Amino acid sequence: MTVVTPQEAPVADVPKSSGTRLVDRVFKMRELAILVVFLVMIAVTQAGNSQFLSEQGIKDLLLNATILVLVATGQSLVVITRNVDLSVGSTLGISAFAAGTYLQGGGNAVVAIALAVLLGIGFGLLNGLLVSLGQVPALVVTLGTLYIIRGVDSIWVGSSQITAADLPGGFVDFGSGGISAVPYLALIALAVLVATAYYLKHFASGRELYALGSNPEAARLAGIPVRKRILAAYTFCGALAGLAGAMYLARFGNVDSGTGNGYELTVVSAVVVGGVVFTGGSGSVYGAALGALLLTSVNSVLPALGVSSVWVLAINGILLILAIAVDRIVALRVASALKKRNARHG
Amino acid sequence: MRKSTLRRSCAALATATSLALALTACGGTTKKDVANEGGGAATAGKADPNAATKKGLTVGFLPKQVNNPYFTSADKGGEKALAELGSKYKEVGPSSATDTSGQVSYVNTLTQQQVDAMAVSAQDPGALCTALKQAMKNGIKVVTYDSDTTAGCRNAFVSQASAEDLGRTEVQLLAKQIGYKGEIAILSAAQTATNQNTWIDFMKDELKKPEYKNMKLVKTAYGNDDAQQSFQQTQGLLQEYPNLKGIISPTTVGIKAAAQYLSGSKYKGKVKLTGLGTPNDMRKYVKNGTVEAFELWDPAKLGELAARTAVALSSGQITGKEGETFKAGSMGEYTIGKDGVISLGKPTVFDAKNIDQFNF
Amino acid sequence: MADISLSRAVRWSALKRWDSAVGALLIVVLLFSFGFVDGFGNGLNLSFLIGNTLPIALIALPMTLLVVSGEIDLSVASTAGLSGAVMGALWNQGMAIETIIPICLLLGVVCGLVNGLLVTRLGLPSLAVTIGTLAAYRGIAQIVLGSDAVTDFPTQYLDFAAGRIGDTFIPYAFLPFLVLLAIAVVALHATPFGRSLFAIGASEEAARFAGIRVKRQKLLLFTVTGLMASLTGIFWALHYASARYDNATGLELSVVAAVLLGGIDFDGGKGTLGGAIAGVFLLGALQNVMSLQDVSAQSQIVVTGVLLVLSVLGPRVARQIAVLRAQSSG
Repeated sequence: MTVVTPQEAPVADVPKSSGTRLVDRVFKMRELAILVVFLVMIAVTQAGNSQFLSEQGIKDLLLNATILVLVATGQSLVVITRNVDLSVGSTLGISAFAAGTYLQGGGNAVVAIALAVLLGIGFGLLNGLLVSLGQVPALVVTLGTLYIIRGVDSIWVGSSQITAADLPGGFVDFGSGGISAVPYLALIALAVLVATAYYLKHFASGRELYALGSNPEAARLAGIPVRKRILAAYTFCGALAGLAGAMYLARFGNVDSGTGNGYELTVVSAVVVGGVVFTGGSGSVYGAALGALLLTSVNSVLPALGVSSVWVLAINGILLILAIAVDRIVALRVASALKKRNARHG
Repeated sequence: MRKSTLRRSCAALATATSLALALTACGGTTKKDVANEGGGAATAGKADPNAATKKGLTVGFLPKQVNNPYFTSADKGGEKALAELGSKYKEVGPSSATDTSGQVSYVNTLTQQQVDAMAVSAQDPGALCTALKQAMKNGIKVVTYDSDTTAGCRNAFVSQASAEDLGRTEVQLLAKQIGYKGEIAILSAAQTATNQNTWIDFMKDELKKPEYKNMKLVKTAYGNDDAQQSFQQTQGLLQEYPNLKGIISPTTVGIKAAAQYLSGSKYKGKVKLTGLGTPNDMRKYVKNGTVEAFELWDPAKLGELAARTAVALSSGQITGKEGETFKAGSMGEYTIGKDGVISLGKPTVFDAKNIDQFNF
Repeated sequence: MADISLSRAVRWSALKRWDSAVGALLIVVLLFSFGFVDGFGNGLNLSFLIGNTLPIALIALPMTLLVVSGEIDLSVASTAGLSGAVMGALWNQGMAIETIIPICLLLGVVCGLVNGLLVTRLGLPSLAVTIGTLAAYRGIAQIVLGSDAVTDFPTQYLDFAAGRIGDTFIPYAFLPFLVLLAIAVVALHATPFGRSLFAIGASEEAARFAGIRVKRQKLLLFTVTGLMASLTGIFWALHYASARYDNATGLELSVVAAVLLGGIDFDGGKGTLGGAIAGVFLLGALQNVMSLQDVSAQSQIVVTGVLLVLSVLGPRVARQIAVLRAQSSG
């Protein structure tokens, strides 16, 4: 498994500017492509149903995407380091319930959100420690913690549930309210997204995540504290899953022991559709967020066009396969283009 | 190498297909050949209505899902009744409502533990049959409640109100709220949900009556009993049908999600919502004007009746035949209907006036 | 050089120890249950145990081979669900069951082929591909069968899938499984094909240079996995007498969990079928026993998770201990 992919070596030491710029452009293109697909889809729907882009419609679209965008942002950090966190759905569920229980007792909304985030951080740390210290495959470990956290959640929650009536009115109103068509929750998600993207691009520790994802061995030799970075990525992912839990509570006003069940596959799909590659080292959080927006919008577009909801699942799957297949084909093209260019320069 | 693989797989495909076709030509077992095994409820022996009520029995409750508030209150009702009757209660069950194989293995577990009777809410009408028949062969009485299996796989079914009543009254409730006029839609649970599908059929039938000639059912959407999906399906309905006047959601998860969406949107109070919900879930939405009225049976009563039926079966007071009657403690006397169905009674309608009297 | 061979030997022995450890644990659990758990040791319960574990065991066979060669297929449960759905839909059309079954198996082959082609021809990661087809196949199943639940399959087939031989603990369907198991064991552990899978899993590059036709082998594996998944789907529908589009949902995680518990290394190149099958039946037996002992479903989930984490940490710790011991003795 430590085999170095052969294509990488030649790219590294040739005139960087043109090569990296091309690669850069392709990645920008990648995000642009999703955006175009998304806009076309919205336009078609609007043409078929003029109600779709009403103020309420836009608000719904944004609100639906918010929670997935948050979790996908965290997940993409982990995937960039060539790992994965399958336990996000369980973490979301348990932190939503924790925040709800606290609020039920008449607690403060800010403290409740902090509580959810802290719980998420706790589980993120657990995953990160197991993966980085135990050096065991992330897929297996987080599959294990998926079960464990879900189990603990179900034992704790039992058959009780949090309903909107148990929550302070202001908290629930915050969940569905907003500035005209832009919901508050979407603003929070956007802020987190922009901050994360800025960190990844402009901080050394952020860029190191890419380095260790594209080649862990080389990253280690280059003196990057691999374990620390992986731990940080998992912790961040857990924190966002926790925050998403608090938002879920505000948005739906309803949490029981099944909340967030099966969410991991949606999140991973969103991240992959958004162009974050499973083998690590490439992709951006903007892409992941757009992927999330695209996937959740499919769920809103189909009913608005009167297409039966039975098609949603199949379409999601095909979108995912299409996205990775197109990615791969483009990557192969780019690689050959680079080779040609290098040959010319050399 | 690619070609050869492809060629080989094509050859395999061709062989298999021709084999299949050859078999068809020779005939085979088709749907027509399978005799209808349905028939009435499984009955054995003769009922003795005056037999003494046995004590010290163990009745196992197997809901569709443990941790589901609805089933918890139903099973609590059963527990209370069993305590009163001097018998033992236990509850087992899967943690997911779509884990059919899990439910089957819990039937087997109860069989192995040699309980005297079990009360089951079936996730699937067919899947539990083999296991339940196995249980009955071992002398265990089987009562289904809330959600039935095929009639031959249990002794009796305790229905939460007749499917017909539920379907028709929900349409009547909504019709009153929208003045018998306009487009309506249904937000159901899973496409495969047996209960919901039966109720929806009765709703459609009710809508055929002349007084509803100005009402039109435009769509049935499925939220899979998931808050988020039910949410989005509600949004979709409202976008697709801007003139929508009302929604019926015959599932406690669906109506709650739809109410939460409506109460935070511009449609609040304009689009009427009714269906099956629990008073505790819906209290907030009734008070804030999102929902006028909805209905449900009392799940605790349903569980209680299931427990009492199970004990009556074990005591030999009934066998599950049509026309037999038995006393269900303080709940009064019940008569077994066609196919071993026992109906709890008419559902209760909840509105702003009476909702505070209920707590479940 | 000496260092490498030492560490390899240590690895090997730790691994061997792990799958025998799982086997031993299975035997301990069985002995304990026979002795102390009421209602466990009789023929009926054991036949239930085996019958309910068979779907996982059936898929675990090709899954083990796949994981050994460094790939994974998460779409198996959806393929099974799709086969069941198509089976139900065709049956409703009035087609003969003897025609339907081969068609469904063929469908499984096609599903597997699609996965395999995407992975081998386009060079896509199997994890991402099969998460995609997981959704796609299940979605198609939903489109095909919709809200129907088909339950009226012919009794002789239902009896075969759900019944047991006389009063013994052996379900009828266990016998064909034993045959398949034998085939899989021979294929993996006693043929050049099997050895080539280990080689591919250990280092695909090296395997290719050694003249192994990596892509062809993988394509074959994915196709066989599809076939076995659809066989499982047919068995599932008959065993539970119910064909619905959501049959076997989530089964992929159970299979992966069981296989990994059995000591199949997720990085490929290591593992034995014996370990995998021991893992499958260990989870099955534990669940059965815990249910009989009134352990709640929620606690059972926790136990599964803990076992899974231990299964990856276990061999690692065992290896480290072995290394320490080798160093102190040398």
